[in-house]
Amino acid sequence: MINLEIPKKLRQVADMAHAVAEGMFRPISRKYDRFEHAYPKELDMLRSILQGMSDGGSGLGADGLSQKKKGKSKEIKNGNNMAVVLNMMEICWGDAALALTIPGQGLGNAAIAAVATPEQKKRFDGKWAAMAITEPDAGSDSAAVQTTAVLDNDEWVLNGEKIFVTCGERADLVVVWATLDQSMGRAAIKSFVVEKETPGMKVTHLEKKLGIRASDTATIILDNCRIPRDNILGSETIDTKKSFAGVMQTFDNTRPVVAAMSVGVAKAALDLTCELLSREGLTIQYKGSRFEIPAIEAEIYRMEAELEAARLLMFKAAWMADNGKPNSKEASMAKAKAGRVGNEITLRCVELCSSLGYSEEHLLEKWARDSKIFDIFEGTQQIQQLVVARRLLKKRSKDLK
Amino acid sequence: MSSNYLIKPMSMALDMLGRISSSEHVNRWKLREPALKLVYQGMRQSVRIGNYVQSRYMAPKPLDHDKILKKNNPPKKDCFDLTLTREQQMVRDELLKFAKQVMRPMSRDVETNEIPPEFFSQVNELGLALSGVPESIKGAGTVRSPVSNMLMAEDLAYGDMSLAIASLAPLGFVNTLTEFGSRDQQARYLPPFTEEQFFPACIALMEPEARFHVDKFKTIAVATNAGFRLNGIKCMVPLGTKAELMVVFAELADHGPRGFIVERHYSGVTIEKERNMGLSAAGMSRVVLTDVEVPVSALLGEQEVHYSHQRMIDLSRIGICALSLGTCQAVLDFVVKYANERIAFGEPISNRQAVAFMIADMAIELESMRMLTYRAASRAEQGLSFHRETYLAQLMCAQRAMQVGTDGVQILGGHGYVCEYPVELWYRQLRAVGILEGTFVV
Repeated sequence: MINLEIPKKLRQVADMAHAVAEGMFRPISRKYDRFEHAYPKELDMLRSILQGMSDGGSGLGADGLSQKKKGKSKEIKNGNNMAVVLNMMEICWGDAALALTIPGQGLGNAAIAAVATPEQKKRFDGKWAAMAITEPDAGSDSAAVQTTAVLDNDEWVLNGEKIFVTCGERADLVVVWATLDQSMGRAAIKSFVVEKETPGMKVTHLEKKLGIRASDTATIILDNCRIPRDNILGSETIDTKKSFAGVMQTFDNTRPVVAAMSVGVAKAALDLTCELLSREGLTIQYKGSRFEIPAIEAEIYRMEAELEAARLLMFKAAWMADNGKPNSKEASMAKAKAGRVGNEITLRCVELCSSLGYSEEHLLEKWARDSKIFDIFEGTQQIQQLVVARRLLKKRSKDLK
Repeated sequence: MSSNYLIKPMSMALDMLGRISSSEHVNRWKLREPALKLVYQGMRQSVRIGNYVQSRYMAPKPLDHDKILKKNNPPKKDCFDLTLTREQQMVRDELLKFAKQVMRPMSRDVETNEIPPEFFSQVNELGLALSGVPESIKGAGTVRSPVSNMLMAEDLAYGDMSLAIASLAPLGFVNTLTEFGSRDQQARYLPPFTEEQFFPACIALMEPEARFHVDKFKTIAVATNAGFRLNGIKCMVPLGTKAELMVVFAELADHGPRGFIVERHYSGVTIEKERNMGLSAAGMSRVVLTDVEVPVSALLGEQEVHYSHQRMIDLSRIGICALSLGTCQAVLDFVVKYANERIAFGEPISNRQAVAFMIADMAIELESMRMLTYRAASRAEQGLSFHRETYLAQLMCAQRAMQVGTDGVQILGGHGYVCEYPVELWYRQLRAVGILEGTFVV
């Protein structure tokens, strides 16, 4: 039965997330935006709070993301994927940069949850895992990674340079994408878990950024870095049919989460804009011809409609994952829509609030800087369009490049 | 529950079954088997929920829309869900088949020629208007479902928007009466919709003003000793060329905008066919009311229900959004096929990102329109407030539907501009989405 309302069960947890966002994130939001590489110690306490909530089945963690296997039950479910996007949206309403650096909630955790063996899951349990994919010469073209992994004496030897590693300095583990054989293309790309302090792995640089400054973004050099053989995620063999698709499937689950971040930040900006404008006499009543009401009011409605669309596309993609429906196209649709409208809304909110928007007195200018990243990481706008177009037009990547 | 209630819908369904199985149209369009299934399903459902319906339509005290909808459509589970019910899926399959096999091939011809009467008989056999008439007056109406109505509009507009509007106009009238009409009004005006003949009816809401707005009608109703006197001009009245009955909206002094049931033969009513950019085939008409006297009983929402103009407008806006979804989907499907087949510079044009990304965006925006529209309808169905959601859905559809239309023509290039392909027709029709009001009430 068609119903696009969020069930009470999920709303209750989201309310808690909202409280954390408001009570813990907002007060320190400006501080860690200003002191870019300072570690937000306040979050250590949050780690245990979140762990508790997550173990309680709240679906607050990235490790809960996975495609539900088609079970016997035909009953429609609102499961972990929906819970995660909903909670992430609320948390990012508070502060997206802090959300990205919540201990134990790294992108690497999502990868481990998706493909690790039970033994690995146990070994890496409770650890904070970052994800290292991008290289100086391999951005959106993640199949072009040049970092190599060679088996030697029952150990993998990793060599290469990784950039833009979120939580690269703070995490306990780094999941590194490397190729077993560059001539074999994308099928030879595997992911490896490298523990912090492993000799040969070094953080050489922390980026200064436009936004999401509370979250550290590291450059990591792997120089003859040796790790145990069973730190590879997934199989060792190069299967030209399956391997890369498996790696990419993580994205089907994480893209709606990035959409959620974008929606959360844009919602924050729109909420504050409405508040500031209402203090100056604007009323929001969803009435009147859109050509006869004040332009600023019409603009609010337009943004609200766009945001609502992004939010619903995000839920649709997560709902499909929860119910075992392939959602690659829908995940990309959600991220494409959320990425672009989220950025557009936060920028417009600065403009609508004029000097109040541009000033550091409020957070509008920060959100407008933060939100740009959501249209870039986990696949840029253009990569999402490519994914959607290939699915719609039934194209292979060699035809639609 | 009295056995009487069980037998009535059953016998009605059996009667309908007989009529359908002997119909020529049904056989010709290979709709026979599905139609039988539909009837079976309808019967099963009516037996199951006859109880609800009786309680609604026989209710002695003032009706509260939201409460009734809540009661009649209890959400099965507190769960976000995008799957159709089995009944909705069956109706969808049927209507899409009708849209593709019957409506689409006619869409060019009806732009210049009258819609053949045969088409309306076929529409009648689909039981669209019948589905809105409560069982207590021999209709097939089980529960009032804005979602099911919305889906019907989406599916029919996939075939052709004009024909969809013409087909659904009577159901729009019926829904307006079940929403705001008294039991007497329903008993008097709804029975013709259960007959074998297609019964044309519609609602007349728009007026020929550049700055027309649904809250400010220039058409005026004045109370008289015998009832009301109506004066004014309505335009873009769907199926106005044929309609025997219409609900005319007018400003009633001290009451604001209200609806009046007007019969075609009332003196002072003149109806003229209008030609417009793309919806002429829907029988779009101008209705001029000159000192039209209507009885007291013509006024909607006076006895058992309170008339809510906002609610009326919102229910009709969901209908228009739904129509836009169907036509945009038609554009998207057509463009996908075309771009894959059209060769330029030695390969399909869809191999180029400039083309492929445009198509991806059309799909993303269409899905955005759809999600907003579905949410508005599902909230209406569950008895939740749905004004904000409808307002946002309409905003999105008004803007994006035209974008899809114009991008569709763009991708076909010169071929999009000529009438050999349907895309220019859809372009013209989609221009109406941001303009139309009151065309189909879900």
